[in-house]
Amino acid sequence: MFLINCPYCGERDQQEFKAGGEAHIERPKQPTELSDDEWAEYLFMRKNIKGVQFERWNHAHGCRKWFNMARDTSNDEIKAIYKIGEKPPTQ
Amino acid sequence: MTQNLRVKSSEFIDETNRISFKFDGKTYYGFKGDTLASALIANNVHLVGRSFKYHRPRGIMTSGSEEPNAIVQVNPNSNITEPNARATEIEIYQGLEASSQNCWPSVNFDIGAINNFLAPLFPAGFYYKTFMWPKSFWEKYEFFIRHSAGLGKSPNTRDPDIYDHRNIHCDVLVVGAGISGIIAAKNAAKNNFKTLLLDEKNEIGGSTIFEANEDNKINNNLASEWLKKEINELKNIKNLEIKTRTSVAAYHQYNYLLARENLTDHLEKKDKKNKIRQRLLKIRAKKVILATGALERPLIFNNNDRPGIMLSSAIKKYSNFYGVACGTKNIFFTNNDSAYESALSLHNKGIKVKAIIDIRENSDAKIIKKINDAGIKIYWSHTIVDTKGYKRISSISIMRLSNDGTSVTGSKISISCDCLGIAGGWTPAVHLYTQSGSKLTFDEERKIFIPKADTKEQISVGSCGGDFELDEIIRNLNYKLKNFLNIGKTDFDSIALENDHETSNRNIWLLPSDQSIGKTKPFVDYQNDATAKDIKLALREGFRSIEHVKRYTTTGMGTDQGKLGNMHALGIIADTAGVKMGELGTTTFRPPYTPLTFGTIVGRNVGEFFDTFRRTPMNDWHIKNKAEFENVGQWKRSWYYPKEDETMHQAVQRESKAARQSAGILDASTLGKIDIQGSDSSEFLNRVYTNAWSKLPIGKCRYGLMLNEDGMVYDDGVTTRLGENHYIMTTTTGGAANVLGKLEDYLQTEWPELDVYLTSVTDHFATASLCGPNSKKILNKIIPDLDLSDDNFPHMSFKEVLINKIKCRIMRISFTGELSYEINAPASYGEAIWQKCIEAGKEFDITPYGTETMHLLRAEKGFIIVGQDTDGTMTPIDLQMDWIVSKKKYDFIGKRSLYRSDTMKKNRKQLVGLLTEDPNIVLEEGAQIVSELNQKPVEMLGHVTSSYFSPNLNKSIALAVVKDGKNMKGKKLFIPMKNKNISVTVSKTIFYDEENKRINA
Repeated sequence: MFLINCPYCGERDQQEFKAGGEAHIERPKQPTELSDDEWAEYLFMRKNIKGVQFERWNHAHGCRKWFNMARDTSNDEIKAIYKIGEKPPTQ
Repeated sequence: MTQNLRVKSSEFIDETNRISFKFDGKTYYGFKGDTLASALIANNVHLVGRSFKYHRPRGIMTSGSEEPNAIVQVNPNSNITEPNARATEIEIYQGLEASSQNCWPSVNFDIGAINNFLAPLFPAGFYYKTFMWPKSFWEKYEFFIRHSAGLGKSPNTRDPDIYDHRNIHCDVLVVGAGISGIIAAKNAAKNNFKTLLLDEKNEIGGSTIFEANEDNKINNNLASEWLKKEINELKNIKNLEIKTRTSVAAYHQYNYLLARENLTDHLEKKDKKNKIRQRLLKIRAKKVILATGALERPLIFNNNDRPGIMLSSAIKKYSNFYGVACGTKNIFFTNNDSAYESALSLHNKGIKVKAIIDIRENSDAKIIKKINDAGIKIYWSHTIVDTKGYKRISSISIMRLSNDGTSVTGSKISISCDCLGIAGGWTPAVHLYTQSGSKLTFDEERKIFIPKADTKEQISVGSCGGDFELDEIIRNLNYKLKNFLNIGKTDFDSIALENDHETSNRNIWLLPSDQSIGKTKPFVDYQNDATAKDIKLALREGFRSIEHVKRYTTTGMGTDQGKLGNMHALGIIADTAGVKMGELGTTTFRPPYTPLTFGTIVGRNVGEFFDTFRRTPMNDWHIKNKAEFENVGQWKRSWYYPKEDETMHQAVQRESKAARQSAGILDASTLGKIDIQGSDSSEFLNRVYTNAWSKLPIGKCRYGLMLNEDGMVYDDGVTTRLGENHYIMTTTTGGAANVLGKLEDYLQTEWPELDVYLTSVTDHFATASLCGPNSKKILNKIIPDLDLSDDNFPHMSFKEVLINKIKCRIMRISFTGELSYEINAPASYGEAIWQKCIEAGKEFDITPYGTETMHLLRAEKGFIIVGQDTDGTMTPIDLQMDWIVSKKKYDFIGKRSLYRSDTMKKNRKQLVGLLTEDPNIVLEEGAQIVSELNQKPVEMLGHVTSSYFSPNLNKSIALAVVKDGKNMKGKKLFIPMKNKNISVTVSKTIFYDEENKRINA
């Protein structure tokens, strides 16, 4: 059970949060101009790597805010938490 | 005949408090402080159960939670009966009843024991190999297997006890209150860390507290005496909370631990009453110190499972702690020095020790001299090749071990005994350590797995960290504590330590016998009856992975999870396969460390709290009026209102007719309501719904369909424009929370530039939906001032009104096709407004109706229910709702997906109506649809999604999804059912009032 440091509320139990999949996948601004393959890339293709993954999380049973997390999927270590719109940490 | 084996009073036992208890129906006596195991042994009872597979007689082996054999049924004849309780952990109390498990008719005469003689027929994988053929016989086999499987019996009535959960946050959690744990906790608390110390036993002090070895001294005192003084001082330390009878079950990531605190199991029945039985502690610790100690290993030799064969350390604890002799003619069998300590403490209490069998050639520990002085015979380089005694060990046979330890030589010596202590060395209890995700490393020399590394958040100290001797334990503990807690010094820096140093073990995982292995029974996992033979067989059959061998042989899979024998299983595999143990790895230690009751896991979340319900403000009225309820999401919704002895069908038919002929009223409070405000609200709705919203005038309502980005229908509902920048959206009952979450997601992450604010107001409004041709007259009685003409208040519009000074919102919208008004009142006035409608409607015979009638009425009109007629694979085009998808809008959620090759392909399933040839047959929802009856293989075209008997049309109607249904109107299809084939014709989805005249009736 993670202890997640919500950037708006502080440390809370994982139970209060909802995972939202891979982060930094921007919705295309002009979907109609994309080919089926390009649209499918946005719609379906997600990474599932062993190592540091950037993810979206939502403090669903708290402030309802979405934020990003860098998590090492091999040991569940949370490397960083940062707000939506902020750049992912490089290290 | 019972015999008193109480040898000497013990300070841990209250001999003034005599307690009677029953075991297998017979009454025995023990003392306050006894466990069921120690009290039985004091009464010379060793045979307590039968083994799982062969039904071999089994006795008490250990003195703690690692016990594999002595598992009993507690309170066997009551509704609080508990199976698989360890006799070594049950504290006796007046009136305790327990019985043996897995035996019939009794533990002394067990019919199942025939399996023991049939043992050659039950090798590893027996079930997999035998019951597969012929395939059709499986159901017959299963019946017998289910009857013979399992150990205890589970209670068959509701658990009357109270359980609880508690959250605890602390700076330092210390698990295990032996000497290491106590020292660690004391240092942490004294340095201002909020500290919690837990131990599974009823007393703290671990094994040091009953230690009698005169060579182990701290500050010139016996280690046990020194520790007692330390324990006394603990009471005066602030910041320290100690919990006994508390077993840590699981150690999860981020130092989140679950522990079970046992509060009343040791109390008499009258003292248990109305008290919390067990409490689950959910602990978040900043730092964790594991001081879980070590478990003694057995030795694996032929017939090593007879009652009276016990761990050497357990024999010591029974004599030193409980004051009980486990036998009158004791023998010890060992590969290390620790058995000598046990032997000496028995000897010093006047209990006879006949011999010590040691597989080593010699030992130079000081204690050997004392054993020699005591006149106890030591057989060096010998091993036990067999034991005798069916219900209690009666003798052992020993032979000389060959130099390489793989065979025996010379002549056989037989020695009689009634108790055999076995000592195979020590296994650090690293279960919790590995559960936390940390890795182990194998110490090839000492043949133990130890923690690979300490971290900033967690350390392992004492014997669970691989330190076994007193001076080593305390020196390393001091060093580790200073680093871990970041403190300059500890109270124990200048402590004086003295102890004897042990000679190393000689490890032979499987001891040889003079008989071939096929004829022996060397048990590795006692509880599951897995022998070394089974493990070797698995390897011969090609199993290599330790995880596979474990499952095939069931080694380590009982309620004890193989705490005793797992290392031997690994060793035997490594030896047989010719690999190093370190390379083999271990099986995963899964939580819980010791079994938990279901009660503890669920805590207070039982009965009506198991899954909480939401009820509408009109709920009391529904109950008073005999409504039947149905669960919709978390809501309890009125399903139908049966009158007198009406069936559900009769009630629904009556309600449905009434709503169309005069007036009906439905509690629609559960629909999700989201308040939308902000200057970009219209633009936001444009993006989330498939249709256009910019031109919706203030005061008007519009139906909207919401898609997922993949183009599939997600939710629907009516949204009303209350002001220039203010809307109220309704969602489906079940979808409300998810829709809000999804909308928030887009607002926060994709379109943060939009000025829009969302607030869930589902609970703030109660909704009464008036429907039917007389609904206008009823509403007029309630609000005479309001002009209800179609000009002033047309279909799909909204008015804000006062009813008895209460501000209400009325939407003229319809889900039934009838003239209909939805009155939204502040939740606290919901029941009052509802009552008012009922009273005003009396002269029109207003009929309350539930969700079933609502479903029927909307099906007559062909209105979809998201989640019933859709399943996450339906686009609006599939639903033949092309009219609601804007062609003009540049983008909305899911738009692009409607033009993917897959969503445009022909032969997708589409929503259609179905009419049965015989109008009285009502189709089953979910029934499959085919076009030809004799086709092989038959092609499934689709299935029925909604089906009712319509009282207003006097025939059955159905909605269905059918491949290419759009082009099938008028086509005859079939629905094959178990006993008949039903002919149906594809129709339009709208069955009633096709011109939509009734909404303006």
